[in-house]
Amino acid sequence: MLEKKVNAVVIGGGSAGMAAALSIAEKGYQVAIIEREDTLGGILLQCIHNGFGLQEFKQELTGPEYAQRFEDFVHKNRKINIFLETTAVDITQNDNGTRVVNTYSKKHGVILFSADAVVLAMGCRERNRGNIAIAGTRPAGIFTAGLAQRLLNIDGFIPGKKVVIIGSGDIGLIMARRLTWVGTEVLGVVEIQPFPSGLTRNIVQCLNDFSIPLYLNHVVSRIYGKERVTKVRITPITQDGKIDEKKSFQIACDTILLSVGLIPDMELAKNAGVRINHDTNGPYVNADLMTSQEGIFACGNALHVHDIVDYVTEEARRCGSYVHDYIQGGRVKKQGNVIPGANIKYILPNHYVTHRNNRLYCRPMIVKNNAELFIKINKKFVLQKKLRHIQPSEMISIDLEKDVFKNIQKDQNHTLEVSIR
Amino acid sequence: MKEDCFDVAVIGAGVSGAAIARKLSLYRLKVTLIEKCEDVSFGVSKANSGIIHAGFHHKPATLKSRLEIEGNLMFEKFQQELQFPFKRVGILVAAFSYEEMKTVEKLYQQGIENNVPLIEICNRERLLELEPKLNSDVSGGLYAPTGGIIEPYRYVFALVESAMKNGVKLFTDFKVIRAGYSGGQYTITSAKGRSLKAKYVINAGGLYADEISSLFKAEKYKIFPRKGEEYLLERNSSGFPNHVIFPVPIKNSKGTLVIPTVEGTMMIGPTAEEIKDKEDVATTPENLEKVFSLAMKMIPSISKREIITSFAGLRPAMEGNDFYIDISKKASHFIQVAGIQSPGLTASPAIAEYVKDLLKKDGLKLVEKRDYDPFLKGAMVVRGRTPEEADKLIKKDSAYGNIVCRCENVSEAEVTEAIEKGHTTMDGIKFYTRAGMGKCQGGFCTYKILHLINQKAGISINKITKRGGRSTIVYDTLSDKNIK
Repeated sequence: MLEKKVNAVVIGGGSAGMAAALSIAEKGYQVAIIEREDTLGGILLQCIHNGFGLQEFKQELTGPEYAQRFEDFVHKNRKINIFLETTAVDITQNDNGTRVVNTYSKKHGVILFSADAVVLAMGCRERNRGNIAIAGTRPAGIFTAGLAQRLLNIDGFIPGKKVVIIGSGDIGLIMARRLTWVGTEVLGVVEIQPFPSGLTRNIVQCLNDFSIPLYLNHVVSRIYGKERVTKVRITPITQDGKIDEKKSFQIACDTILLSVGLIPDMELAKNAGVRINHDTNGPYVNADLMTSQEGIFACGNALHVHDIVDYVTEEARRCGSYVHDYIQGGRVKKQGNVIPGANIKYILPNHYVTHRNNRLYCRPMIVKNNAELFIKINKKFVLQKKLRHIQPSEMISIDLEKDVFKNIQKDQNHTLEVSIR
Repeated sequence: MKEDCFDVAVIGAGVSGAAIARKLSLYRLKVTLIEKCEDVSFGVSKANSGIIHAGFHHKPATLKSRLEIEGNLMFEKFQQELQFPFKRVGILVAAFSYEEMKTVEKLYQQGIENNVPLIEICNRERLLELEPKLNSDVSGGLYAPTGGIIEPYRYVFALVESAMKNGVKLFTDFKVIRAGYSGGQYTITSAKGRSLKAKYVINAGGLYADEISSLFKAEKYKIFPRKGEEYLLERNSSGFPNHVIFPVPIKNSKGTLVIPTVEGTMMIGPTAEEIKDKEDVATTPENLEKVFSLAMKMIPSISKREIITSFAGLRPAMEGNDFYIDISKKASHFIQVAGIQSPGLTASPAIAEYVKDLLKKDGLKLVEKRDYDPFLKGAMVVRGRTPEEADKLIKKDSAYGNIVCRCENVSEAEVTEAIEKGHTTMDGIKFYTRAGMGKCQGGFCTYKILHLINQKAGISINKITKRGGRSTIVYDTLSDKNIK
């Protein structure tokens, strides 16, 4: 059994893990990246389409290209040690307060990493059929969109001939186009909501350009087939949210792809006592992206699901700098609460500080042009901002300069509320 | 071609057939176990509540009640020999009214008549102490500490493995379509044209026992499928109870239960619905609502957010609702083992004993083998070990260090063991190892398992199935011809 002592352990070697590790290591600390696959890069490696890096590199890259750039930086950095084919199975705490990450490695057996800080950067998983409880049988031919993407782009297997996609999440849209290119018939995308849940550019480039029908306000109400999927029943939803059984129709298909949302992968964190936020399914974090467990931080899709990888990189890099401050022993400053106001699905982080700038990420629950964002501290307006267009699939980032806080009494409890109208 | 010739053919590798085959493997006999599906335990035995009943639900006069009690008491021995997941967590029945308490008293009386050990009636306070998560409106209830939970498929796999270790020959993908009797033996032919001979036949055909019976020109009866839908909830669920919780039973059903599974997930269900189609295992949104509202009446902290998946199973019910285990009066040397619905799993060890006695009565000579070995090593797993133990295991075989299923922490070595033991479908591997049974439902491990089956069993990836037949996972290999 190997025991290793480092300053920080980063769990996950995808976009978040690499950026966080680089940012911690740049300040001179020893970092270990734990990655369960045999290469760094994470889910980016199966995203062979372009559109990555517009913010980070002012260039349009594919997923593997974006990953490669960070991988090169990581490999060059001598403060970072990479442990591939190594799975973290448990996070515990030593008597002196340091964290211990228990990992299984094919090459080394068990490795116990002890560290001052742990960064959760293990990304997210896809919601599946069970999570949305679709009625019907359980035949072969039902895939989450990401699994189908992996099978096609990395393993080289075509999942089926005639596909119906449930949910209009981005991976589902990307897969609609990808499958069409390999000769699979994509018969439609079925979305329960009145608006698509993926980015507008993907609706245009992946569905409209290929004349793939998008059924908004529809659900797949039943799956048929004993061995392999044979058909689905699609049912519209009326304005008052009821299922309009009489207007149901069927589509014959052999495959179903599910693109019905992503959930932060939090099993490891839950077992370590990290408190989970039901609105993001990720952890509650303070202004320094530290979870309810001291020394355990979170960033990227393990914290909340981001629209684009560039935001993941930005957040993870910031997380790394907070980890650095924490290891250096900076005292945790008093923090105010951040709470969601009107029309906000969630807002992160859950606390803010007044001695520096804060970046908040939030997701709206409504679709609107010319919306307005309001920020109140202790019920007093401190900031107002116009937003040209908002929709739930597009995350809003808010930068709060520390000037905003100049009239706040530092020793008092204070609460910041964000609303959109 | 010379056909294989057996002393006994057991038709159906569900829990009854498997237990009988294993029992018979103790004797100097040539025994075969025949299964229509791609793997064993793929029918009724895979989709049920996984409960070892205590024995207070059925009237003393019935055969099922007698075998239930006898079977229940044999599980420690079976577990010791076969190493499957089983725990005697105890069963509670929760009553919510004066009338329901009256029924609890009747169940208690029935339990006493059936000789259920340690059964007791609890008042509200005692019941809540045993099970603090129960709805505090509960009036009281019944406590039967000998009730337990089990992984039903793992139990069947172990029974079959043990039977095979002691000489039983297993044929899967062998759907019996024809049977003839001449010269003191049956010739049994499969849909794919294979055939074998046997002197004695045991019909443990589950949902299809009626059809098997008529193929062998034995008694005419009908199996009525009664569907039960179940919902599986994640590990560390908020409503996870200490015991199996039953409501007060109504008519033909023991009601919707809350079940802590042996592996730490939680199950609620089943429903009970008479249907016609023996293959109809579809779930419905109405039943989802029904199951949750019934379960949440007992444990209010149960949450729909925690659903991992749902499934449905069919009970092979018969008129009269008792087990039908007897020597056929029409076909020679043919034993009926039909109508084995709940508590069939619990009764299975006793059913095997009972059938063995029937065979003896019907003239089969039973001489014990000298080299019979009842013990199995049990599957080695890496999850739940201390770092020192895990390290030792990985140093011995590095494949234990490669976690294939991240939700349930199943290693490559465990999947490989399943494949080497003949489980080469995705479902077979899932039931044997738990890979794919967790929260992501195969989202992250499917491709890894496909590659492992391909490497270890040499099946090409586009031929690998979910559960045999035409249930292939992928359609084709990507090549130039597909590119538009």
